[in-house]
Amino acid sequence: MRELRSGTARLLVVDDNKVNRLLLTRNLELQGHSVASAENGRVALEMLRREGFDLLLLDMEMPELDGFQVLEQLVNDRQLRDLPVIVTSSLEGVENVVRCIELGAEDYLSKPVNPVLLKARIGASLEKKRLRDQQKELMRRFATPEVEEDLETSGFSLGGKLVRASVMFSDIRGFTSLAESQPPEETIELLNTYYELMFDAISGHGGVVTLMMGDGLMSVFGAPVPVADHAESAVRAAQEMVELIGLFNVEREAAGKPPIKIGIGIASGEMVAGYTGTNKRATYTCIGDTVNLAARLEEHTKAAQRMILIDQATRSALSERVAVESLGAVPFRGKATAVEVFAVDPN
Amino acid sequence: MSAPTIDFATFETLKETTGAEFALELVDTFLQEAPVMLADLRRAMAAGDAERFRRAAHSLKSNSNTFGALALAAMARELEIGGLPTAAAGGRSVDALDQEYSRVAAALTALRHA
Repeated sequence: MRELRSGTARLLVVDDNKVNRLLLTRNLELQGHSVASAENGRVALEMLRREGFDLLLLDMEMPELDGFQVLEQLVNDRQLRDLPVIVTSSLEGVENVVRCIELGAEDYLSKPVNPVLLKARIGASLEKKRLRDQQKELMRRFATPEVEEDLETSGFSLGGKLVRASVMFSDIRGFTSLAESQPPEETIELLNTYYELMFDAISGHGGVVTLMMGDGLMSVFGAPVPVADHAESAVRAAQEMVELIGLFNVEREAAGKPPIKIGIGIASGEMVAGYTGTNKRATYTCIGDTVNLAARLEEHTKAAQRMILIDQATRSALSERVAVESLGAVPFRGKATAVEVFAVDPN
Repeated sequence: MSAPTIDFATFETLKETTGAEFALELVDTFLQEAPVMLADLRRAMAAGDAERFRRAAHSLKSNSNTFGALALAAMARELEIGGLPTAAAGGRSVDALDQEYSRVAAALTALRHA
């Protein structure tokens, strides 16, 4: 009788009625799932928070905490909001079904539940969950937690909004000649270590890496999640990056390898931030004069022989504790007037 | 009331899909739980608790359908959607429900020993 399938899952059945609970549990066990049960919403939430479940089968009419309240709590719980929920109820009135779906229930089955229908709906729900989990895993690998959070809360839509933020460009000085002087495997290894150090410093100060190109990184501080002191955070991140590269160079020199140098440019102000690309492939980025200026400042680190350069707006937002030196006005490509440039002490 | 006391097709399906032994255990559970629900229905009516009354009727309806007790389910459903009745009308409805439940219990007990 027991039908073992590869798609077995751990399910939680919540129903205050004993006959319903036993029957549903039995049907699910016969379909090869591992099933636990709870007699009301409060107990169910406790179990969900304590143990891992793949899917919840939820009755609506229950004492203590009813199905609607459970759905509301699940939506607001970051750990549980992706848990698929199939409502099993014999509630009268289509408005109740609508309310369940609006509260995030994946499906609605009327009681008594038809076992064949139950099997099909659970299969579909678990498959959707598998795809969502896969997507989340990809997201974790390719997007920062901030972008992931922004996507999860506001959803994905192409197009931008005006934000005040700080943009940072950074790269390895003389990377091309360095890459040519060593085997490619060594370059990849170098890049991986470099990225790890830079990402750590950037995200440690609330920044988000929005672009990686070769050895170049573009990061934003203050978007998509607002950061109150984004200019200072960006500068602190830059100082930490320089410090980490210094430590990395000690290791490299001990291994008989040449040290690497980085250049960092930071500009602050208004920019358009959002997702650009197509609906199939898009990236979170920022666009505007501020972004261009940050790129120019980073380029200028070579001529200026300084590791960290910032613009006037970033400078004005900094606290007294950061030592800054004015380098005077510099004419940049694409800028009508010369721009005041400041160098930050690496600490 | 044209609905049967027990729709045998429904009961047979229950036995087939869950296994005869389990189905009979489930009958026992229902025979233990249903009197509690009926008592709850009366208490809710006496206390004028419309929500509790509706919920008790709802549970009874839901379980009756499971075993193919279609007449009982229909009566319980009427109470569920009808709201809290007046004492006199409610008394008559719940008496009728009690009587139908007695028939259901007898039929299920007979099936259990069949």
